[in-house]
Amino acid sequence: MAEVKLLRTWSSPFPLRIVWALQLKGVPYETIYEDLSNKSPLLLQSNPVHKKVPVLLHNGNAVVESLIILEYVDETWKENPLLPEDPLDRATARFWARYIDDKVLPSIWESFTKEGKEQEEGIVKAKENLKYLEEELKGKKFFGGDKVGFVDIALGWLTYYGSLFEDIAGMKVVTKEEFPLLSAWAATFADVPIIKDNWPSRDKLIAKFQAIRDSILKE
Amino acid sequence: MSGESVKLLGYWASPFALRVKWALKLKEIEYQYVEEDLPNKSPLLLRYNPVHKRVPVLVHDGKPVAESLIILEYIDETWKHNPILPQDPYERAQARFWAGFIDEKCVPAIMSAFTNQGEEKEKAAKEARENLKTLESALGGKDFFGGETVGFVDIAAGWIGLWARNVEEIAEVNLIDAETMPLLNAWFGRVLEAPVLKECVPPRDKLLEHNRGFHKILTAASS
Repeated sequence: MAEVKLLRTWSSPFPLRIVWALQLKGVPYETIYEDLSNKSPLLLQSNPVHKKVPVLLHNGNAVVESLIILEYVDETWKENPLLPEDPLDRATARFWARYIDDKVLPSIWESFTKEGKEQEEGIVKAKENLKYLEEELKGKKFFGGDKVGFVDIALGWLTYYGSLFEDIAGMKVVTKEEFPLLSAWAATFADVPIIKDNWPSRDKLIAKFQAIRDSILKE
Repeated sequence: MSGESVKLLGYWASPFALRVKWALKLKEIEYQYVEEDLPNKSPLLLRYNPVHKRVPVLVHDGKPVAESLIILEYIDETWKHNPILPQDPYERAQARFWAGFIDEKCVPAIMSAFTNQGEEKEKAAKEARENLKTLESALGGKDFFGGETVGFVDIAAGWIGLWARNVEEIAEVNLIDAETMPLLNAWFGRVLEAPVLKECVPPRDKLLEHNRGFHKILTAASS
């Protein structure tokens, strides 16, 4: 059996995507926790360009960038495919995954790290971005259809970290009224055993992100 | 190919549309090209790419695909001859990595060198040179990023050979340093001269003038 190792931190949502993917496919792997304030030689060696987690080590190869790792995992272990078969559907999934990382995540982070009027404007933007994903869910249980797929994994952080951010920053972005489908999806997704079992401690995350927000607002 | 309708919404000076033209040409796919007037986007473009409202958009049998790198993957999966991406999952991951690196690191740095002045400009140019030097490491000793023939990363990065040269001339910065990045410099020459790619490249004088005009507007706004 080929060796699979995942370099991650306890708190970052990006390595979680890979945890979910590997577990959904039943791939055994070893976890190596990194302290980003003290990066290991292994991390620096295997991701010299970005020096970030996650890193997947497999057969002596290092694969980096979470969405790229997801594609690698999907191509290497064929059980429970994450991406659909049809090229057009695959293109659509890739489109939304990129959209989530390029637009949705930054706009939610923006709202989280601001206050007052700036926060309000950030929330408006975040909601505009999320509207497209709300549309995309029409008639579907998951973005992937009946099962968790690529886009579900890409957006999954929203169902836990998103609500955390809302609580800490005193804001509400994903309201049931404006986002009935996303809200329902969030509950369904968070209830999937593999997802439920792998969230980091809520209290620890709250403490961490509260501290981050406080220090950003001080600047 | 008979029975298939392939349309590309593009803009003559867009490097991202150029990527798709290259891929379509390499795969010998017949398509209808629609030139968008970007200050005046067509209802068609807005309908086919409502999220980003930008070119390129590939429309295949009436179904749109947006975002140039995603379009490249779509083309490769739909028309299987003359493959653009390698077969092996790890090599594919590396190709995707470098294409992403180009868009997330090289492009913004070059753009920043183009739109800024003084110290900001020099700082951006330095970052761009560093990023390009990093990109060079992916070439190894090969003729192309794809090996013996043009592949995904060549298609993704080739345009820099034109645009960066324009930026160098217009903004008076050094980006592609022949001394510190000789392999990348040689590759730029090679990729833009490659048979199929060469035909699709926009006229150089026209491109330079176009970008010069852009520069005037951008720097007037920032001064």
